[in-house]
Amino acid sequence: MSDSTDEVRSYTVRLELVDEPGELLRALEPIADNGGNLLSIFHERGNVTPRGHIPVEVDLEATPERFDGIVDALRDAGINVIQAGAEQYSEALTVILTGHLVNTDLSDTLSRIHESTDATVTDLSLSAPAGTDDTSSARIRLATEEGAVDETMRSVRTVADEKSLQVIEPLAAGGEA
Amino acid sequence: MRLAVVGAGAVGSSVVELAGDHGHSVTAFADSSSAVVDADGIDAAEALDRKRTDGVVGSGAPEDALAAEYDVLVEATPTTLGDAEPGFGHVRAALERDRHAVLANKGPVAERYADVRALERDSEGTVLFEATVGGAMPVLSTIADFDPSHITAVRGVLNGTANFILSRMATEGLDYEHVLAEAQDLGVAEADPTFDVDGTDAALKGVIIANVLSDDGTEYTLDDAEVEGIQEISGSALELARADGRTVRLIAEVVGGSVRVGPRLVPDNAPLAVSGTRNIAQLETEHAGQLNISGRGAGGPETASAVLADVGRL
Repeated sequence: MSDSTDEVRSYTVRLELVDEPGELLRALEPIADNGGNLLSIFHERGNVTPRGHIPVEVDLEATPERFDGIVDALRDAGINVIQAGAEQYSEALTVILTGHLVNTDLSDTLSRIHESTDATVTDLSLSAPAGTDDTSSARIRLATEEGAVDETMRSVRTVADEKSLQVIEPLAAGGEA
Repeated sequence: MRLAVVGAGAVGSSVVELAGDHGHSVTAFADSSSAVVDADGIDAAEALDRKRTDGVVGSGAPEDALAAEYDVLVEATPTTLGDAEPGFGHVRAALERDRHAVLANKGPVAERYADVRALERDSEGTVLFEATVGGAMPVLSTIADFDPSHITAVRGVLNGTANFILSRMATEGLDYEHVLAEAQDLGVAEADPTFDVDGTDAALKGVIIANVLSDDGTEYTLDDAEVEGIQEISGSALELARADGRTVRLIAEVVGGSVRVGPRLVPDNAPLAVSGTRNIAQLETEHAGQLNISGRGAGGPETASAVLADVGRL
């Protein structure tokens, strides 16, 4: 069958889990059991919601039909599904920014990157060994739509240029193998 | 073959020393102020000895070497930017006499590629320059074997000094200035390492590759390259990369008519993550996947081996 509903697509599901052992596994089972292919799981342990829950972002691949079944199964299992969009976050890229990150307002840098692209910042690590007034580095992981890597990198470069930050870019996918 | 070697630095001297091993004779040898010429073959040991003790290779004038009897001119004078002189003039002198020219000097093929090719077209001589990219590594000859039209991209670590500094910074957690000083003590970095650490040297090699790959006759020079060095890389950036299973390498990337040199994140276990002074060139081929060529990208005997391999191809 070559019906278009059989086409496997990428989805991002945002869940809210209770902070108890076994909860993550319980949330992933309905996905696997219903034919979803897990791509990545981002567990925001440091970012507990006001209700004391932990946000988790799951990237997966499935046909549209199966995806509907996955969302239903998650809800049936009592998992809080915050968002079940059809956004394709199939490319992840990591960049390192170096410079006066703190003095130039790191959160503004991140929101500008977020606003000027379709990319989502999924992970951030900051290293400021000499204190926040000196140069520091940040490793940022971005999830972006398939084919939008070049555009995302252009935006990151523009924001970095304006704040005199150095960008260490990843090699193109072809260069990583 | 009879060789005239111009330039008496590490590469030129090694060519003179190793030519006999490869079945060639050196009939002329010049540095910037002197020359020794003998149609029957110069005494290599004597010339090299004189260079060491007196600072000259012989009692003749440098121009004597260009006018001598030879089949191949080996151009091993220092790389210069802009008009690429005097290297370019030496290549022209050889081609106008219908002699071959083998270059270790990057200037003529990085800065005046079209001029060199035009001279070659009007000459019976051939120009080869394997030694200009990646020392002992057969990068350009592999590209030629595959045919440039079947190579879609070339990425590489093409400067040993910059790579040594980044490797040490990552493994020892040291900062840039500290490692640079150490590299200078070890003789890995020059007293003035500017061209190595600001990316110029890697960019010149990228430009040469771009010229070789260019199938529409577009000529590339350093002005066409986007270049960023490693001087601003901090220890904390390398630490963050390492925590993520990656490392930072100064990568020269030639793809789709653009030449770009800059620090890039590469996975720790990727072929491009070579350590120390090792170099690597990764060719992206149309039908044969990726091809990695790794080895010693610099050094007198190493680069001289590439020069003599070119002589063998003529």
